[in-house]
Amino acid sequence: MNTAARSAAGALFALFATAALAQTAPDPWPELVVDIFHSRPIAAADGVIALDAPARAEDAAIVPMTMRFADPSQIKVATLVIDQNPMPMAAAFTLGDKSGVGFIETRVRVNSYSNVHAVAETGDGKLRADAKFVKASGGCSAPAVKDQDEAVANIGKMRYREFKSADPAKREAQIMIRHPNASGMQMDPVSRAYLPAHFIDSVEVFQGETPIFKMEGGISLSEDPTFRFTYAPNGAKTIRVEAHDNKGGVYKGEWPIGEAS
Amino acid sequence: MLRRLLALVAALAPLIAATPARAFSLSEIAPGVFAHQGETSLMTRENAGDIANLGAIVGDEAVAVIDTGGSLVEGRAFLAALREKTRKPIRYVINTHAHPDHTFGNGAFVETGATFVGHKNLPRALAARGPHYLSAFRAQMGDALDGVTIVPPTLTVDQTLTLDLGHREIVLQAWRTAHSECDLTILDPKSGVLFSGDLLFLQHVPVVDGSLLGFLDVAERLAAIKATQVVAGHGPLPAPWPKALEDQRAYLMRLTADLRAAIKKGEGVAAAAKTAGTEEREKWRLFDDYNARNATAGFAELEWEGP
Repeated sequence: MNTAARSAAGALFALFATAALAQTAPDPWPELVVDIFHSRPIAAADGVIALDAPARAEDAAIVPMTMRFADPSQIKVATLVIDQNPMPMAAAFTLGDKSGVGFIETRVRVNSYSNVHAVAETGDGKLRADAKFVKASGGCSAPAVKDQDEAVANIGKMRYREFKSADPAKREAQIMIRHPNASGMQMDPVSRAYLPAHFIDSVEVFQGETPIFKMEGGISLSEDPTFRFTYAPNGAKTIRVEAHDNKGGVYKGEWPIGEAS
Repeated sequence: MLRRLLALVAALAPLIAATPARAFSLSEIAPGVFAHQGETSLMTRENAGDIANLGAIVGDEAVAVIDTGGSLVEGRAFLAALREKTRKPIRYVINTHAHPDHTFGNGAFVETGATFVGHKNLPRALAARGPHYLSAFRAQMGDALDGVTIVPPTLTVDQTLTLDLGHREIVLQAWRTAHSECDLTILDPKSGVLFSGDLLFLQHVPVVDGSLLGFLDVAERLAAIKATQVVAGHGPLPAPWPKALEDQRAYLMRLTADLRAAIKKGEGVAAAAKTAGTEEREKWRLFDDYNARNATAGFAELEWEGP
């Protein structure tokens, strides 16, 4: 090829590369099934698990996701996967025996147009999945921490809320943990150093000494990780939480359970 | 093969060739104070990111540029328009915050040798968000994004900083987290013009990408600034000061009140985001592009209020 041909080819390549970038990324789900679920077969949800996700991520940093379970006694583990995120496995919830968890709502970061999968492992060891497509947020919304100083200053603070429930056999509660849940990885243009990742990697929630769920997760969870859920009360007097982060931080909280409402 | 390739490239040449200079309006709103009004829109390939208001202040010796637009194309058009108004050296390029519509044109000004100036948190915000902005807006703007680079400031502002342009001292002020975590305002006492950056939105619905309560608080404190006119981050310019703050204050207060009520009732964030603030819909443009986002972030913030 002579020089003219080479530069012509180069110009063409640049043009096509730009066009290719604008197209949707390839579907990463088959590989995620290998990596996260060790290639086990995954059946349709069939009502066992349902995912509520917004059609569009309004704020890329805070996208609410709810996994609902038709029969809580069937569910062993419920895993939330944001397919196109740098760290797709957002959270895996291992439910306690007889915990009666009817739903878990949390908030995640969604970087770009992405499928989101909610995968249930049932008592018989089978996997079932529900999926929703979430459009990326518009404008200048980034999946980043809002106020990094504030996030670090308040790290580890926790809050517990209870909600009115018409059914005495069900209680609804919310656990909130202050944490930047920062992904790290970005280059600081002044120091030229990579900012270290700092995120919650596990949260255990108990009523008395009995586990309601254990969450294992990563940087796809939003800053200030939040979990709202229902559970079957066992008569315990307190809700207790123990959270760990990837730098060895341990955060604990315990609150009295209110009167049945 | 070679001939076909060359023919194809020739056919595509108009697309590949440098985009012609954009029409760019730059008006003198006070002696030595220039401003450009961006269109009230999202950034697209067609508008080349030209959606934010930009400005320049000219002293006896030098020029300070305030924000650079949403693409290299727009930044270059701004520079060319400014060069028709003044040949004085551009000593400073000030970014009011990190968002792409205000910083993506920075690259056009690198060759002027200007010092880039921003809030002390601006380098961190650009580091954390820059790569995402580049990939997200590539999808939205296509080749209008070509050549855009993230140019962080080398002179940062902790609280206030006065810059001398030659018998014209302008005052830069850094604020607590409000619209974003790196908001900076620029006051030109000589003309009484305040450049608010995105601490003020007019007609374009306000965007909360930092703190709803911080935004309300800072907007209250901004009112004390001794200016007569303001160039908002978005919307008509110049606008009377401090009256221009009123609509935004009403919106932020409505949103805050609705979110507090939803939280008290035990509503979830998804439900609250659909309804909070919607009474204000008719008063604003791009409402459906940003209100639910503001409500979502505001909900997550206000949930932590109280003991």
